[in-house]
Amino acid sequence: MTDIDITSQTMDGMGPHGTKVGLLRVLGPAHVWALGVGIVLVGEYMGWNFSVGKGGAFAALIACWFAGILYSCVAMIDSEVTSTVASAGGQYTQAKHIIGPLMAFNVGLYLVFAYTMLEAANAITAGYLFSVVASMTGHEAELDQRPFIILVITFLAWLNYRGVLATLTFNLVITAIAFIAIITLFLSTSGVLGGGIMEHAALFEGHELPYGWIGVLAAMHFGLWYYLGIEGTTQAAEEVRSPARSLPFGTLAGIMTLLIAATLTWFMCSGVLPWEYLGDGVSGSVAPLFDTARLSGSTALVWLLGFGTLFATLASANGCINDASRAWFAMGRDKYLPGWFGAVHPKYRTPYRSIVFLVPIALIFALGAPLDQVITFSILSGLLGYTFMPLNIILFRRKWPLDTIKRGYEHPFHPIPAFTLLGICGVTFFAVFLGYGTQLVAMIGFYIIVSLWFHFWRYRFVNRGAQFTMPWPKPKGY
Amino acid sequence: MAHYIPPKQGKASQLFDVVVLVVLTVGSLFVPLWLNLAGAAKTVASPVENPTWEALGQNAAQAAKYEALGFTPETAHDLILARFDYSFSVGALLVMILVIVLYYFLILRFSESEYREVISEKFGK
Repeated sequence: MTDIDITSQTMDGMGPHGTKVGLLRVLGPAHVWALGVGIVLVGEYMGWNFSVGKGGAFAALIACWFAGILYSCVAMIDSEVTSTVASAGGQYTQAKHIIGPLMAFNVGLYLVFAYTMLEAANAITAGYLFSVVASMTGHEAELDQRPFIILVITFLAWLNYRGVLATLTFNLVITAIAFIAIITLFLSTSGVLGGGIMEHAALFEGHELPYGWIGVLAAMHFGLWYYLGIEGTTQAAEEVRSPARSLPFGTLAGIMTLLIAATLTWFMCSGVLPWEYLGDGVSGSVAPLFDTARLSGSTALVWLLGFGTLFATLASANGCINDASRAWFAMGRDKYLPGWFGAVHPKYRTPYRSIVFLVPIALIFALGAPLDQVITFSILSGLLGYTFMPLNIILFRRKWPLDTIKRGYEHPFHPIPAFTLLGICGVTFFAVFLGYGTQLVAMIGFYIIVSLWFHFWRYRFVNRGAQFTMPWPKPKGY
Repeated sequence: MAHYIPPKQGKASQLFDVVVLVVLTVGSLFVPLWLNLAGAAKTVASPVENPTWEALGQNAAQAAKYEALGFTPETAHDLILARFDYSFSVGALLVMILVIVLYYFLILRFSESEYREVISEKFGK
């Protein structure tokens, strides 16, 4: 056994980056859980229901569970790798150490775009929610949602600018409230407490699989939205007190929470809302849990789920700003992007330039593109990232077998999770192709162009050996 | 391996790199929208004149939910009848597969050559 041990208190895998001021190590497992679940829980409050529109309610349930398998594989693989790569940037830093710089550059961009688009989708939903609340409280004219969208993004960016502990403690509180709101709605409407309002059999009658089995495949596209972002827990690696323990614990607890929340959400919404309405997230149900509460007849539930939806969108946008800025910062620090972005705020110890830079990017998409397109852009970037993960873990185990680096967590049944993940990614690519093939090709075309730009231009500014910051032995085969 | 010393990048060059990335990003995401190639639009293949809940294929429970949500058969017509078209050509599917495989092949190939350089400088031959 080597002496390279991330579980050590004195040698936790952090490598020198040459910066005088580092990020602050203040987070615990609960913050990691809050970061992961906080980003994703909004997926139960909005967006997942597009999968109902793609193939019907049963198709959405099948997609929910297959996407659950995909993300369980992601969480297991990620937990093992990140428990040894305790550095900001998450999968970007993993790719840099395991596959190579160009892969890392691409993975860094996947992360930034997946999270920035998700942040934009959250802001759109928050704007919608304010307009609904305005009409419920007597405002008659159409409310202009744009000021609220701008306010949400800039307020959360300011919070992120000021410090990570306050940011993620805020997330912990509002995520817990949003999760409790889902449980309360379930208990109140399913018949567990008092009379139930579920009518699954009557609502599904004649519409079991409206598109047949191809609809089930198509539903996989938005099935990812139930869980998209859980992999963001790794972004906190450089700011947790005990990465080897906190990151696997927070990530795996997070995916378990989400599997429960996703199934409950499907059960409640599909048992109350007709599938055509539920499945249309633009003209029909933008916020399905909120709509379910509206049909429950309880004013208290309407307000609870209204706040739950708002808190979920804020928590998600907050976590997205945190994660996207860490990935952008990490790339700047390595000179994959201009080094100016690699600065840490001297007082707040946050990657403040990256946080500020990404604000207008998020605003462009929140104010300029429809919700389903923004979600699709986010999902596509996430999907490309998930396709990288099986390659990453296979190469990680090959280059550093289990007896060469002590892991904080070793995922079981390798390589079955890797191949399962790869197979479900393939199915999801096909699902995206069925509805959004042009975006898929356009986005991959973009990644090919920026890859050539990086390899032939940008990489000249990168210090070769200094990129490898982990205290690991030389990889096998090199 | 000799230690590689990267050139120092000037401020204007850094700014130019950021602008290039932003333009490419916004372009790749918005051009399909501007060209109306975003897809995923639903259409009503067979509209129903003077729609009723029965004509729209809704049973009593389904109709009651729509009414509770504030819909009438007329206002719910497009929402209920619009469908996606999942037909596709095998050629288009093959092009997509080819593009994805080419992309991963490209980045894995270039990454490997860059990675060998990193390992060589970090650990020596």
